[in-house]
Formats: sequence, C-alpha cells, structure tokens
Amino acid sequence: MDIRPILSTLRRHKTASALIVLEIALSCAIICNAVFLISQRLEKIHRPTGVADTELVRIRVAGIGKTDDATALAKEDIASLRAIPGVKAATSLNQIPFDHTSWNSSVSLQPKQDVPNLDASTYLGENLVDALGLRIVEGRDFTADEYVDWESFNKPDSKLTLPAIILTREVAQKLFPNQSAVGKLVYSWNSNDVPHRVVGVVDRLIRPNDNGGPAEAGYSVLLPLRDLTQGTFVLRTDPARRAEVQKAAVAALEKNSNRRIVLDQDPFTDVVAKWYQSDRNMAWLLLAVIVALLVVTALGIVGLASFWVQQRTKQIGVRRALGATRGQILRYFQTENFLLATLGIVIGMIGAYGINQLLMGAYELPRLPALYLPVGALVLWLLGQASVLGPARRAAAVPPAVATRTV
Amino acid sequence: MFTYYCNLALRSFRRNKILTALMVLAIALGIGASMTTLTVFHILAGDPIPQKSDRLFYPRIEPRTKQGFQPGEEPEEQMTRFDAEALLREHRGDRQAMMSGGALSVESGDGKIDPFVVNARYTSADFFPMFDAPFAFGSGWTGADDENRAQVAVISKELNEKLFGGGNSVGKTLRAGDNSLRIVGVLGKWRPTPKFYDLTNDRFSAVEQVFVPFSTSRTLKLGVQGNMDCWGDQTDADGSVGLNAPCAWVQYWVELDDPSKASAYKQYLENYSNQQRAAGRFERPTNVRLDNVMQWLDFKQAVPSDVRLQLWLAFGFLLVCLLNTVGLLLAKFMRREPEIGVRRALGASRRAVFAQYLVEASAIGIVGGVAGLGLALLGLWAVRQQPDDYAELAHLDMPMLFATFALALVSSVLAGLLPAWRAMQVAPAIQLKSQ
Repeated sequence: MDIRPILSTLRRHKTASALIVLEIALSCAIICNAVFLISQRLEKIHRPTGVADTELVRIRVAGIGKTDDATALAKEDIASLRAIPGVKAATSLNQIPFDHTSWNSSVSLQPKQDVPNLDASTYLGENLVDALGLRIVEGRDFTADEYVDWESFNKPDSKLTLPAIILTREVAQKLFPNQSAVGKLVYSWNSNDVPHRVVGVVDRLIRPNDNGGPAEAGYSVLLPLRDLTQGTFVLRTDPARRAEVQKAAVAALEKNSNRRIVLDQDPFTDVVAKWYQSDRNMAWLLLAVIVALLVVTALGIVGLASFWVQQRTKQIGVRRALGATRGQILRYFQTENFLLATLGIVIGMIGAYGINQLLMGAYELPRLPALYLPVGALVLWLLGQASVLGPARRAAAVPPAVATRTV
Repeated sequence: MFTYYCNLALRSFRRNKILTALMVLAIALGIGASMTTLTVFHILAGDPIPQKSDRLFYPRIEPRTKQGFQPGEEPEEQMTRFDAEALLREHRGDRQAMMSGGALSVESGDGKIDPFVVNARYTSADFFPMFDAPFAFGSGWTGADDENRAQVAVISKELNEKLFGGGNSVGKTLRAGDNSLRIVGVLGKWRPTPKFYDLTNDRFSAVEQVFVPFSTSRTLKLGVQGNMDCWGDQTDADGSVGLNAPCAWVQYWVELDDPSKASAYKQYLENYSNQQRAAGRFERPTNVRLDNVMQWLDFKQAVPSDVRLQLWLAFGFLLVCLLNTVGLLLAKFMRREPEIGVRRALGASRRAVFAQYLVEASAIGIVGGVAGLGLALLGLWAVRQQPDDYAELAHLDMPMLFATFALALVSSVLAGLLPAWRAMQVAPAIQLKSQ
C-alpha cells in the first residue's frame, strides 16, 4: 500500500496529527515508567523475609513503671510462653522485621578499623534460629554456653563479651567472598575490640526496615543474648493454631504481671502486610493511572478518526466509485493510525528514558529494562488499531453513490 | 453577545452529547487527580510554623570520634545529651530547647480506663513559647522547674478529654508509670504538619500527649524513643541515655529573634566545637550547620517520596487529558468550518469567531472543573481511608478550592485557545465555494 497519499493528507492536518502523536508519546512515556514502578514495588513486596512468615506470632508489651527484677520476669515470661500447647518455640528478642524498631551495628574485619566493612541489623535473643524459623546453611546454631545474660551484659562495669556471631549469607559473602565464613573473626558489638567468632551462616534474614536500601536488605547478624527485657516476644506455632496460641500467650503475659500493657499482638503475616500497605496502594494507584491513560488516549484516537472519516466522506465516496474496495478504505485509516502511533511511540520511548533518568536520580531506581520498550510499543500499536477500527469501518461502509451527490 | 455565545455553545453541546461528555470527563479526571495529589502535597510540604520559620534554627555539630571519618560528610543529625545541656546552659540564643521523644504508660485516677501508653516529649521550658504552642488551660513550666527537676507535665487536649473530660485539669495529678506529675498546662488544638521539631519519629502524627521537663525525665528514668546513634565504648552508668554517653539522640532548637543573628550563632557553635576538640571530646574537624525550619525540612526530605511521585504522575495525566481535549475540540470546531465560513461572509469579525469558540471551550472547562472538584473530594476521601499518619489531614481548604477552579479554568482556556484560533482562521471564500 502506498503511504504517500496518507502522508500528504496528514500534512494538511498538521495540528491534529501532532496532537495525536504527542498524546501517544506522553502516554507511552508515562506508562512504560509506571509499569516499571509497579514491577519494582511487586518485587519489593514479594522478597522473602527468611523467617517462617506463616508460623509466627509477635507480641509487644510495655511495663507500667519500673520492674524490680526485669530478668526474672523475662525468664518467667519465656517459660510460660513455651509451655503453651501448640508452641514450637518462643523467645524474647530485641526486634522483629517490619515492626518499627531497628537495631543496627557496624561490622568490621579488623579491630579499630577506620571505615567499617558494612552496617548490619543486629538481632539479639535466645534460640532465634528456631523461634524465627531460620535455615542454617553452614556451621551451627549458638550453643548454650555461648549465651550471655542481657542484663549483666549491659551493666556499665560489665566485662562480658559475646564470643559468637551468626551471619546471614549476604553478610558472609560480602565479608568473605568465595570462602567459608565459619570460624572467622569479626568486630561488631563487643567493646575493647574483642572479636566475635562466626559459628554459623543462615540463608536469609531481612532487616527490620529499609535501612541501606534494597541492596542491603539482607544485611543482618544474630548475637547470643538471653532474657531480653525489651518487651518483644515471638512465638512459633502451626499456621492453623496461630489465633489460639496468640490468645493464650497474651493471657499468660498478663498473668505474669499486672503492671503491663499489651501494645501489639499480631500474626507475623499481618505485620508484613501492614508494612507493605503503602507499596501495595501505590501499585494499585499506578495501575489505575495506566488504565485511565489508555482509555483517554483511545478516546482521543476514536474522536479524531471519526472526525476525519466524516470530513472525508465525499473523498471516500469518490475512491469507492473509482473502484477502491472496502478493505482498501479500511487499510487506509489503519495505516494512517499506524504511522501516527509509530511516530508517537518513537518520541515516547525517548521520553520514557528521560523520565527514567529523572526517577533514577530521585528514587534510586535501576535503569528501565530495554524489554519494556518493544512491549510498550506493541501495546500502543494495538490500542491505536483497536481504537481506529470503528471509525475505519464506518468509512469503509460509505457507499460509492455518495460521490455523485452534491458535487 | 456573551449570552448569545453561551447559547450557541449549549446548542453545540446538545448536538454532540457524547463527544462533549467525553471532553468534560477527560478534564474532570485530570483535574480531579491533580487536585487530590496537589492537596496532599500542599498539606505535607507546607510551612508548619509560617509566622517564625525563618527565626527557628536547628543547629548541628559533629561530636563523633575519628573512626569512620569521611571528609565532606554531613555532621551528626542529633546532639549528645552532654552538648545539648551545655548549649542550653550557655543560653546564647533568644530562646532554646532540647528535647527527645519518649513513651509513658498513663492511668486514670479512678481506674475506670485501662492503663494505656502515650507518646511523650521530654523538653525544656522554652519549647512552648518557641513553637507558639497554644494553651487551653494553664501554661508551660518555667526554667526553674527544669533546674529543680520538678515533676510537672503539660498534656494534650486529647489526653485531657480522655482523662479529665475536657475540663480545666491544671493542678491535678497525672499518673504516669510509678510517678505522679502535676499538670501545669493543657494544650489547645495544635497540629504542626510535618512535626518539624523531631523528624526522627513519625513525621506526620499528632503532637505528643504528655510533655515533661527533660531533666525530670532523666531523674525518673523515663523510656526514650526515636533514633539513637552511638559510637565508642559505653562508660556511663545510665547507659546510652547517660550524660556522658557517646550517643546522639537529642534534638536541639534555637530561636534567634532576627535571622541576621544566625552567622554570629554559627560562629559560637564553631567556637564550642573547637573547644570540645581541644578538650579531647570531639575528634573530627569542626563541622557545623545551622538550618532554619524550611531548610531543615528540605534537607530531611520531609515530604514522602511517594507523594512527590503521585504529584508528577497526576500532572502528567492532566497533560494527556488536556492534549486529548485540544484534539477533540479541534475536530469539533473544524467540523463546523462551513458554518464559520457563512458567519464570516455575513460580516462576523475574526475576533467574534474567536470569542465564540473560546466561550464554548471554557464552558467545557468549567463543567469539567466542577466535576473534577467532585472527583478531588472523592480522591481525598480515598486518601483519608489510608493508614498513613497524615491521612486524616487530607481535606480541601479554601485556597485549594480556589486553586481548583483556577486550574480548571486556566487549563481549559489554554486547551480552547488553539482550536478557537484555528476556527478564526477559516477563510470565508473557500468554505462558501465548496458548499
């Protein structure tokens, strides 16, 4: 099919053509980036935590006033939680992922190192591997004699140090690339530059918040401390028994002391869902914008194409009278739309990269994958063809007799 | 003439109901989306204390040890308790306050309400006059109360309603944990947004419910919350919140009654920093900052990045909607070229044709704007259903209402300009000939 007559017609409708091209370009640029942003959010929402999400219950309590013997109460709490039927493991710890508390510490390979190797989130507690459902991939869990009592460790004149540390796989690989971390020494939590010995590596344990960005999401370490008095408890049970265990656990904690307030009690999956709520909302919002943009663009194409068909009715009638088939008329309008859409898509792709550049600067986003461009182009081409189909068919239906009227 | 053009526009709408409805819908969607996001942005990015935001300063000094030092770094964002107390004592600003977030368990005197935990702020006497905190009853405490570690408290309007039924509770006792605090003041309605004085805790939540002198909070060992950055070895008997602990966790604000005093105050901070280094407490080179409220909010990027993103997205969407409207209007007007030709041949000036079509375009814009306002209200309602701290604040105020109409009108007139211009250009002779 000869596109020259189409081009010359379009040249006589520069403004309208330019508007369609611009609209397609802008939609294309925005949609490519919006889809990319959605994919980034989904990736974030679906990254594994490393803990047994569906088996955990977390409870936070606050004491009213001071407790005379916090450690004794912590011991009692943990014991009564472990005694609840259906509880596989329970412990008191300093933080649980996505719970608005984050403990972090630098990790170095040398004592008195000027710039630490990395910053990791520090999980403190007894029996954490079991209680959180972590998977040891190398080495072992802490042994009973490695645990240190939290309160004694924190006394101002305390000389206690933590002998052992467990790293996540990501920390181990960053600190000791291509070699085993087990048995190595690192410097982190002990004072006076006493090292911890790495005894084990767990597959994964996510940081409690987005400190350090996505690249450092798996930077966590575990330290052997016992009987934490921070008021955060975690229980591991059968997913089916979570509700009953949670209820029994709250009752047990309230029974152990009447001077306390239960701040939060949730299945861990609820904690995760709440943490990602704004990301999920943003993904839905972006999706709504994409759909709205597609609809508006399609309506623009339908409107303008209808106008053109109406304007050229006589011209179409003449062509039909001179022997053009319905298919040729149909293809004329489809080709016209294809040309406009192509120009729009080319400009839109450049725009998409431009917007991506801005987003990369402002939101630390990665580069837009090249795959988005052909897919985006295909979608807009199809959209254009679908939108123009109605008006084009109306054009094809113009009877040749029109040419004989009103000339 | 204007009413005649309006009449013509109305006829034109009737002739092309669907096309007109589509244009109105496109403008309404674009305006609705932009106004919703603009309102949220306006709420979050505003000046929380416009009357004196250029006279309130957030000083920063660099107290850390040499370890981990990298040249060009920003200084520590909060102060150590030692430095904050020293600066407070030296009293070089017109007003100054040190503060930290905290949490307290509160009980009602009659035991009718279960004990509950509230957010607290530990601060010093100048806090209330400095930040223009409004009082419903009583007032803040005095500098003497700070020095005497008096067990006094200022409570929020909400807490006063919950515990004392909203009456004047000054002089009554607040039971907080094991302690009894004498209430000296009850705040009025106060919601600085963002909560600029402490950006380490929730930025958009309501103000704290209990305010206690910082000195008292340390004597009573009340629990603190918020960011804490520690370095070096712990030696203080009170742990990381001790006076000599190498930990930064205190926010410090100073009021200078004339912004021109800022450079002198900065010099003072540098001198203080130099002295501390000479004394061996500070190890890094002197690194001092003094930001006013808006500079500090800007540095801390107080507006959530998602809100910014939504704003840009909405304006991109509005632009596409407007392009769409321009295209459709153009199509619509060009369809009436013969009609324009006749009018021109009968003596209508170009200006008259232009005016007529601009009226038609503006009418579409105004209807779209009104519908957009409705959509914006719907959008804001949707925002208020979100779990974000700032959700409850998402309301349209008068300036934003006017902005909506202005935006609707300006954008639709802009969208109408080009088609009206093209309509005006129609040459009467050609149209008449082709009839």
